[in-house]
Amino acid sequence: MKIIVPVKTNPDLQMVRIKNRQPVLEAVPYILGDLDKNAVEAALQLQAEAGDTQVIALTLNQGNRKIKDTMKEALAMGADEAYIVTDDALVDTDQAGKALAIAKAIETIGGADVIIFGEGSHDGYSGQVGPRVAELLGVPEIGFARKLTPGGPGIQAERSMGDFIEVLEAPLPIVITVASEINEPRIPTLMNIMKAGKKPSTDWTLADLGLEAADVAPKNKILSNLAEEQDRKNIMLEGDVNAQVAALIDALTREGVLEA
Amino acid sequence: MADILVYSDSLNTAKELAFKGKEFAAALGMGISAAALGADADETAAQLGAFGADRVFVSKDAALEGLQTDVVSDALAKIAKEADATYVMVGSTRRGKELAGRLAQKLGAGAVTDVNSVELEDGKLVAARFKFGGATVARETVDTDIKVFAVMPKAFEIEDPVAGAGTVVTPDLSLTPSAVKLVETKPKEGAAVNLDAADRLVCIGRGLGAKDDLTIVEAFCTALGGELGCTKSLCDWEWLAENRLVGLSGAKTKPSLYISLGISGQVQHTVGISSSKVIVAVNKDDKALIFNHADYGIVGDIYDVIPVLTEAVKGK
Ligand SMILES: Cc1cc2nc3c(=O)[nH]c(=O)nc-3n(C[C@H](O)[C@H](O)[C@H](O)COP(=O)(O)OP(=O)(O)OC[C@H]3O[C@@H](n4cnc5c(N)ncnc54)[C@H](O)[C@@H]3O)c2cc1C
Ligand SMILES: Nc1ncnc2c1ncn2[C@@H]1O[C@H](COP(=O)(O)O)[C@@H](O)[C@H]1O
Repeated sequence: MKIIVPVKTNPDLQMVRIKNRQPVLEAVPYILGDLDKNAVEAALQLQAEAGDTQVIALTLNQGNRKIKDTMKEALAMGADEAYIVTDDALVDTDQAGKALAIAKAIETIGGADVIIFGEGSHDGYSGQVGPRVAELLGVPEIGFARKLTPGGPGIQAERSMGDFIEVLEAPLPIVITVASEINEPRIPTLMNIMKAGKKPSTDWTLADLGLEAADVAPKNKILSNLAEEQDRKNIMLEGDVNAQVAALIDALTREGVLEA
Repeated sequence: MADILVYSDSLNTAKELAFKGKEFAAALGMGISAAALGADADETAAQLGAFGADRVFVSKDAALEGLQTDVVSDALAKIAKEADATYVMVGSTRRGKELAGRLAQKLGAGAVTDVNSVELEDGKLVAARFKFGGATVARETVDTDIKVFAVMPKAFEIEDPVAGAGTVVTPDLSLTPSAVKLVETKPKEGAAVNLDAADRLVCIGRGLGAKDDLTIVEAFCTALGGELGCTKSLCDWEWLAENRLVGLSGAKTKPSLYISLGISGQVQHTVGISSSKVIVAVNKDDKALIFNHADYGIVGDIYDVIPVLTEAVKGK
C-alpha cells in the first residue's frame, strides 16, 4: 500500500502576537500543523497494521526557508520519504491552487492508495484542500475520521459527526481527513531524528508537476485580516486562596454578574 | 436570472440560509433557490419555501442516502447550473464544510468555509471567517463566476416564516451511488446542552488531572448555576461530550460570567469566550496566556481553589 500525507508548515500560533490589530509573524517559529501530525501518525499506524506500506510526506512550500526542518520532523516521526514543492507562485496561492498542485504531485509520484489530510490546516483551518484533491483525483473521501482500520473492501473508518459517530467502509484509493481525536502524534526519538536526515527527500518546482504560476493564481481575495479589539481588566487577585476567592466574589458582585 | 442557491443537511441551518439569502438576493437583484436532498426532501422543501426560497430543487434519488460528499456535491453542482447560481451557500456543519471544497472544485469556484458573517458591499458578498486559530478575522471575497460560501450554523438569525411556498422543481440529476458505504451510526454519550445560551459558563481544561475529578467541577457548576464547557483535549479523550467544547471548533459563547479552570488560553479556545461580559481565570502558572484575556485572575491550583469557590458562590 502507498499512503501520501500532505502536510503544511505554519507559523506557531502560540507565538503570534497582535500589534495594532495586526498579527506579527516576524521571529515566529514555523511548525508542522497539529492536525497534520495527527495525519502522519494515522498513516504510520495504518502502515503498522497493514504491513508492506510506504508512507510519503508531501508539502507545498509556502515561503518558509526552514521547510527542510519541518519535513525532517515528519521523517523523524516515521515517514519513509519526503517531497517538497517550492515555487514563488505557491506563496500566495489559495486552497484551489494548493489542491491542484497537491493532486498533480500525487500523480507525479505515481498515485496513492490512501491520501490522509488534516481536518484543517493549523493557521487557515479551511478544510477545503482534502475534498478538493479528492474531486481532482476522482476518488471518494471520508472526512473527520477518528479511527481507521485496513480491511473490508479497503478501509474502514469511523467519522465524528459531533453528536454521533458514523462507521463507514470504502474501497481504495481514497482521501481521508482526520480529526484530532484520532490519535496522539508520537514525538520523534533522538535516534529517529538522526536517521531522518538520511531518508530520501525530493525537491520539485511547479514546472516538475507540469504547472505554471497562472494555474495556481488565487480565486479568493482577502480584503483584511485583523484582530478584534479586546479590552480586559487584567486584575490579579492577591493573597491566599480564601483571600483571592473573597476578593473575586466582591468584584463579581460589583460587576453585577452574581445576582440570582 | 442569476440566483443564490442554499443548502444544508441541517434543516435549521438551511432555513437560516434561505431567510437571510432572500435578503441578499433582493439587494443583488437575484432570485433565491434552495436544494432539498434525501429521504425527507419533500418536508424540507415545504419549510424552505416558507422561509423564503422562490424555488426549491427536490431530489430523493436513492444515491443520496447517507449524504456522502461525492454524491451531494455532484447533485448540488448540477442544481447550481440549472438554477444559474452565482452564489452557493451551504451550512458549515461537518458535512457541509467537507462538501464546500468538493463542490467548489467541481464548479471551478473559489470557496470560503466556516463563515461567521456575510455582508453586502459594493454589489458583492463579503465573507468573514477566523484565521490564525481565531486570533484574527479575515474578510474575503471570491472572484470566480460562481462563489461557494459555507456559513456557520446560527450565523444568521431567522424570524417567522413568510407566507407563501416556493415552486418545487424536480431536476433529473442521474446520480451515481458513492463508493463509501455507511455501516452503522453510533450515538455519542452526553446530554443535550446549549452553551451558546448559557449565562454563566465554567470551562475546564487539561489542568484537570483525572476524569473522576470532574465531579468536583460539576459540584461547582451546580453551586454557581452555570453550564460546564471544556477545551478540546477533554472531548478528544471523551471525558466530556463534544457539545461541551468551547472555541474555534466548538461553541462561541456570550455568557455574562465565564470562569476558566486549568486552561492555558490558546487562541483556539479564547475565540469562543471573547464575547463574555466578565472573564475569570484560575491557573497555577502566573504566566499563562489566559490571564491576558481575563478581567480577574487567580494564580493557584484548581484543586485548592474550586472547593473554596464552590462554598463561596452557594446561594449567589
Ligand atoms: C484547528 C484547531 C482547532 C481547535 N479548536 C479548539 C476549540 O474549539 N476549543 C479548544 O479549547 N481548543 C481547540 N483547539 C486546541 C487548542 O489549540 C489547545 O490545544 C487547547 O485549547 C488547550 O487546552 P487546555 O488549555 O485545556 O490545555 P493546555 O494548553 O495543556 O493548558 C493546561 C493549563 O492548565 C494549567 N494547569 C495544570 N494543572 C493545573 C492545576 N492543578 N491547577 C491550575 N492550573 C493547572 C497549566 O498551567 C496550563 O496553563 C484547537 C486546535 C486546533 C489545531
Ligand atoms: N502547503 C501545503 N502543503 C501540503 N499540504 C497542505 C498544504 N496546505 C494544506 N495542506 C493539507 O490540506 C489540509 C487542509 O488544509 P486547509 O484546507 O488549509 O485547512 C491540511 O491539513 C494539509 O493536510
